[in-house]
Amino acid sequence: MRRLYDCVVVGGGPGGAWAAKHVAESGATVLLLEKDREVGIPVRCAEAVGAAGLKAVVEPRSRWISNSIKGVVLVSPDGQEVVVESAEEQGYMLDRKIFDYELVQMAAAKGVEVLTKAYVHNVVKPDGQVQGVRFTHLGDSHEISAKIVIGADGVESRVGRWGGLRTNIKMRDMESCLQMTLTNINVDPNYIHFYFGKRVAPGGYLWVFPKNSNTANVGLGVSGEFSQHKAARRFLQEFVQKKFPSAAVMYTVAGGVPCAVTLKKIVADGLMLVGDAAHQVNPMSGGGITTAMLAGKIAGRVAGEAICSGDLSEIKLSEYPKEWHKLQGKTHERFHKIKQAVYKLTDEDLNKTAASILKMAPEQRTIGGVFRAALLKHPSLLLDLVKVFVN
Amino acid sequence: MIAVINDRCDFCGACVAVCPVDSIDLFEARIAILKHCIDCMLCVWICPVETLAPESNEQEVECVVSTTA
Repeated sequence: MRRLYDCVVVGGGPGGAWAAKHVAESGATVLLLEKDREVGIPVRCAEAVGAAGLKAVVEPRSRWISNSIKGVVLVSPDGQEVVVESAEEQGYMLDRKIFDYELVQMAAAKGVEVLTKAYVHNVVKPDGQVQGVRFTHLGDSHEISAKIVIGADGVESRVGRWGGLRTNIKMRDMESCLQMTLTNINVDPNYIHFYFGKRVAPGGYLWVFPKNSNTANVGLGVSGEFSQHKAARRFLQEFVQKKFPSAAVMYTVAGGVPCAVTLKKIVADGLMLVGDAAHQVNPMSGGGITTAMLAGKIAGRVAGEAICSGDLSEIKLSEYPKEWHKLQGKTHERFHKIKQAVYKLTDEDLNKTAASILKMAPEQRTIGGVFRAALLKHPSLLLDLVKVFVN
Repeated sequence: MIAVINDRCDFCGACVAVCPVDSIDLFEARIAILKHCIDCMLCVWICPVETLAPESNEQEVECVVSTTA
């Protein structure tokens, strides 16, 4: 380990790995710090990913994929099942343990140094500009200088706060999530299921994502607007007891998912934020793997250029948020407005919508068709959506 | 003051994310509420597994208070 690196990346998830890899490709020296003892563990994720989104950032390897998804089933509060199948909406169930591990391996192959069990507890900021990090590793304290620090330290990102960026999130945009990996159950491995409704997951949804025909990730997110009345774990326990009474619980994991728009400011002099830390999660689905990797790729490239040119200023680094906004951030703003409109629907609205969609021929039931049907049924939602596209 | 049932905690960081005054430290396997906590309850409300509770509401709790920020 050196005392000085061109770039230090905090966090070894997909966003951090991809940022580190792309910085290193410019020839810069890069240190990746991961607080856990092993990259990829614990898995804090429902592990489903869209095929197109994944292929846009990395060529998928078969050993990352535990299952291929052919369609989506949306379940209304009264139990109607709307099946949506479409060739271009296929996805995968990832094995995040292997996936995360190999992404970091791919970064290491570009020369990135990796340190696990490295707990970063502050940034070095001598004249108001971030110039390194302080961390502990196996009981020793270290201070490392870096031209650029990239915070890919997850939803709880403190690198951003220490660096002076405002990372606060509104409670209603934070999903309080809990997931159990259940086995000894019967599921169709071809479909992922989403359950909606105030009694299942208010301000969010419940998912059943199969790894195979007898094992699935079953979890839910409750909006922070509602979680004060009943915690995520109580909603999940009720659902699992009712729906999968014979299940054995192999793994339980909690999480907070920021379903918001991207933070206003994700760069400062010598500092960049990537992934959940920058609120780059798709606010409608809560999916953040490929969006973090896309952001990491852009941030890594811009950081590499900045290091080569010697210009580490916020202005130079702002090329990253500009490109992110163009490629994904703008879409997230639209999704966020749609999400807010959809969550205003009552359970009765959702039931009526499902009933009208089920009258459509199955081949018309694309995600777009489902939305159109929902709009015709709910003029007030239509108004909200018009605002989405006009604003 | 907020009480912490550390045995329940999954170290997910949701509470750290919503804390408006950055008064929660999350170490590898331990949460600490720092002195400048303003008792706003956001961490209590967001916790998926009910690790956090207002101190008065919870009898058998381990209250971890750190004096350093």
